Amino acid sequence: MRELFQRLAGSPAGFIAGGFILLLIVVTIVVPLVHSVNPMAISGNALFPPSAQHLLGTDELGRDVLQLLIHGVRVSLSVGLLSALVASVLGVLIGAWAGYFGGRIDMFLMRVAEIFQVLPTFVLAAVIVAMLGPGTTRVIAVIAILAWPQIALVMRSEVYRVKQIDFVDAVRCLGYSEIYILIREVVPNALRPVVALGTLIVGQAILIEASLSFLGLSSPDVISWGGMLNSGQRYLFNAWWLSVLPGIAIFLTVLAFNFIGDALNAALNPKDTGR
Amino acid sequence: MHNSGPILSIQNVTKRFRNNAGDWFHAVNDVSLSVAQGEIVALVGESGSGKSTLGRIALGLIRPDSGSVCLDGRDLAGLSPAELRAARRRMQPVFQDPTASLNPRKTIRALLAQASHPDAIELEAYAIGLLESVGLTPGSEYLARFPHELSGGQRQRVAVARALAMQPALILADEALSGADVSIRGQILNLLLDIRQKRNVAYLMITHDISVARAFADRVAVMMRGRIVEHGPAGEVLTNPTHDYTRSLLAAVPEL
Repeated sequence: MRELFQRLAGSPAGFIAGGFILLLIVVTIVVPLVHSVNPMAISGNALFPPSAQHLLGTDELGRDVLQLLIHGVRVSLSVGLLSALVASVLGVLIGAWAGYFGGRIDMFLMRVAEIFQVLPTFVLAAVIVAMLGPGTTRVIAVIAILAWPQIALVMRSEVYRVKQIDFVDAVRCLGYSEIYILIREVVPNALRPVVALGTLIVGQAILIEASLSFLGLSSPDVISWGGMLNSGQRYLFNAWWLSVLPGIAIFLTVLAFNFIGDALNAALNPKDTGR
Repeated sequence: MHNSGPILSIQNVTKRFRNNAGDWFHAVNDVSLSVAQGEIVALVGESGSGKSTLGRIALGLIRPDSGSVCLDGRDLAGLSPAELRAARRRMQPVFQDPTASLNPRKTIRALLAQASHPDAIELEAYAIGLLESVGLTPGSEYLARFPHELSGGQRQRVAVARALAMQPALILADEALSGADVSIRGQILNLLLDIRQKRNVAYLMITHDISVARAFADRVAVMMRGRIVEHGPAGEVLTNPTHDYTRSLLAAVPEL
């Protein structure tokens, strides 16, 4: 574990990206504690450019853009992290089962995964959310259902590789059951690539959530970066800060998760761990 | 169970596989072999002769197409999964590459605890005793280490210790000496002989190296293309081979 951190520290992009995400998390937790302003509060000064009073200006209802951005972190991060988590759990379970036991269940599960992979993910997400109605939980569920096959395919091939290594047969000869061997011996040795891929999926999920909100498929009561883009684009030429700033926020956050994913991928790559 | 009968008895076992071109070939063809208590049997053959497949069939890891494998007189094929799990503890493998045969994420302590005979109550003391019996002294120094923190020879000793932890009647060593260099090979060989004297463990040594068979086998079986072509007491087979293949294997070894 210490070795892993040293390797991550050796990748400046991954290190800065990790710091950025950590900062976002701290800001989301700390700001509402010390500064209990309702971000929905209307100040009467609509569409004010950035100034000393409103550092990043105000929107068409006179709301402070900085406050909105800070509150928007919550939706982006929770959707990104939770949907990646749910997708990873699903993908690990299904991929591990398919890779270990093989046979017809494997065939069936992998065909299902492939079907999901050729579906146009975003269109499908938009249709499902449009039919079911907006809501953070539903968005998380939809993204997770669309993202698990990526994890499952990687997990399956990794489990298939690990189960052929001699230590699995050695433990089998000790009289342990197949389920024990799968969970305690094979899966822990097959998780490395999933960690990196899961991080990349966080970025994808944030992007999908923002796109759905941008298309107006989110609840207007929830502050989200995509929603801010949606309402800000009407004022693009007289109040640029309304659309450019949430755009930059989305861009930086997704980029940060991609950098972390790449850094993890490099750090966890078994080829150069020296073992 | 009974001291009289063989521990492991393989009767007319056949196993076919399909090769990449889709053709069937016999990896093991009508092979019979038995190992008695405390006996050392060497199964010698080139790579591809089917000896490792036979080893995996003996361990119950591969089901034969036909024929039977009996452990203590009980046919493995007739056992329920739970009975098979319990029965195969009597027979433990030591594989060629200890790097692959030890879970890299487990400490030596965890590896030995996982392998310990259900009767072992004091796990820590039991594990230390095992490590010291395979020449890793003091044993307590190794418990917290991971396999990758040990040398290749030390790792193979840990693999032997793990096999012994179950108190097996038979150890199946599949090229267990081939991965090590010459000096370590000698040490592990002496260790195995030492263990036989102390614990009366039987060995089935699977090897391509007929000099290993010469060094300590009681009986030798020579395998070629899935069949046992020569089989008998080590002295007879190695000094007076009747099959050309055995002669060519012997000719390939420099006289010591």
